[in-house]
Amino acid sequence: MNVKPSHSLSVQNVSAGYGDVAVLHDLDLVIPSGKITVIVGANACGKSTLLRAMSRLLAPAKGQVLLDGKAIHRTPPKELARTLGLLPQSPIAPEGITVADLVSRGRHPHQGLFSRWTREDDAAVEAALVATQTMDLAERPVDELSGGQRQRVWIAMALAQQTDILLLDEPTTFLDISHQVEVLDLLTDLNDQRGTTVVMVLHDLNLAARYADHLIAMADGRVHVTGAPDDVLTEQNVRQVFGLDNCIVTDPTSGRPMMLPIGRHRMTRDQHLKEDRA
Amino acid sequence: MTGTALASINPIKQGRRRRARRHGSVILTLLVLVLAFFVLALSLGQSFTPPGDVLRVLLGESVPGASFTVGQLRLPRALLSILAGLSFGMGGVAFQIMLRNPLASPDIIGISSGASAAAVFSIVLLSLSGPLVSVVAVFAGLGVALCVYGLSSRQGVAGTRLILVGIGVSAMLDSFVAYVLSQAPSWTLQEAMRWLTGSVNGAQLSQVLPLLVMLALCGGLLLSRAKDLEALRLGDDTAAALGVKVTETRIIVIMAAVGMIATATAVTGPIAFVAFLSGPIAARIVRNSGSLLIPSALVGATLVLAGDYVGQFLLPSRYPVGVVTGALGAPYLIYLIVRVNRSGGSL
Repeated sequence: MNVKPSHSLSVQNVSAGYGDVAVLHDLDLVIPSGKITVIVGANACGKSTLLRAMSRLLAPAKGQVLLDGKAIHRTPPKELARTLGLLPQSPIAPEGITVADLVSRGRHPHQGLFSRWTREDDAAVEAALVATQTMDLAERPVDELSGGQRQRVWIAMALAQQTDILLLDEPTTFLDISHQVEVLDLLTDLNDQRGTTVVMVLHDLNLAARYADHLIAMADGRVHVTGAPDDVLTEQNVRQVFGLDNCIVTDPTSGRPMMLPIGRHRMTRDQHLKEDRA
Repeated sequence: MTGTALASINPIKQGRRRRARRHGSVILTLLVLVLAFFVLALSLGQSFTPPGDVLRVLLGESVPGASFTVGQLRLPRALLSILAGLSFGMGGVAFQIMLRNPLASPDIIGISSGASAAAVFSIVLLSLSGPLVSVVAVFAGLGVALCVYGLSSRQGVAGTRLILVGIGVSAMLDSFVAYVLSQAPSWTLQEAMRWLTGSVNGAQLSQVLPLLVMLALCGGLLLSRAKDLEALRLGDDTAAALGVKVTETRIIVIMAAVGMIATATAVTGPIAFVAFLSGPIAARIVRNSGSLLIPSALVGATLVLAGDYVGQFLLPSRYPVGVVTGALGAPYLIYLIVRVNRSGGSL
């Protein structure tokens, strides 16, 4: 696979929100290109809002999001959609639509008003189905699929868009653990093979630490800390961001940090002592 | 590219071609159906006119016994039915697709009622007539659309809230129509029925052209947005991610759909449930093989033509078309509401 020229995505001094409610406050971020970036944080900390601002779904009240040095709100939407793709949290599959038809919708930004379907369009749809292992499902209606299959199909649609940057808002929600791993492996393949820059919001800290090259921990609409998982997933950071006592160990399967929560019950004596010390 | 990769493209290509073929044949079949009803409406009424005579009248020849019946009575009526049906069918489905809800059709959320109220108001109380009535109706329709949209928007417009607000506004406007009608005692029952349920009685050829022009303008605008509308079916966020200008598309779709529906309403009255029924019927036939705009327009034309024919000739007494389409639409409305109730309120 050829690696495409990389694009730079950055957030400059962005404040954004809904109506009068400000959610993000003066955010500055640079998304490393060609890497997997995962945004984590407590509920309502502004993770999804940040993703919406980065993908033009939400206009920032202040500051700007830059793609290759150009403000995305001033880029024509179709042009932007050929570089930057987004899979929202709850996309809607029209009743009875087939997998191949849905995935083909990803070609929308590559088509004009009167342009006909081309060989490249077919090739892009095919590549997306192959990459997500959904080729066998091509003629099945989407509403008959399992949750894991459906999520693969939506990712396939985003792949058919052939963007160098892909943003995903909680792509593993509602999936059981094996399908969560499957989806994250798929996104990692994509990053490995095509050099696609992946930015996603995840809830599971341990999966985030395992799959991310770069972690962004948010709290109260601000970036609390960013960096490599080893530097970000520390006991102190987790306590500050989530207000949770915890213990960080090394994940024996990946060598990455792994967070174990400490609650009030079902703790062995050692951990209680540790909690008291803290 | 390897041989296996080429082989695997085939199912995708085949699926796409199958959908395109289906879409094409659906449109063709509906066209034939509309044409068949058109011929029927021209040749068979109280008396039978042979197709040869009908054709000669259409070509401008004077045929004794047929020129008046076909040329003056049946032709304007049939043409108006087709144009109104096309307008209601296409405008209705545009709203339903845009708001992703079959209940979001202009005749449920008050836009048809608004146009109807404006038309009856300007005729009875302002003594206007002709195209001016249509202009007032279009502006009233847009006003109602804006009003319903504004009243239901709170951090973005939720479909359910818009529908509930629309039903309320619609009820208010309907009672206004009833009030204005009570101020016009000289009117016949037939005339009043037009503004309550819709009718093509007393159609005139002069009403055809304005309707045709508006349909071509607004329909062209909607068709130019067909791909964006298809993308909106995946949700506003997904559509935006695919490069659709969501707000701009919404504004254009609302203006175009309201424009054609209000113009038709100013001529025929709000023909009950045609806008509401056409889209779902078309969706059942088209089954995701392509855009619903044209199929739904043709279903609308079929409904009005067939409904008017049934109302005139197949029932014990003569009824305006709106009574027939209303009888068809009401059960479907109840079915939809029951289904919403069962699935716990999410439309």
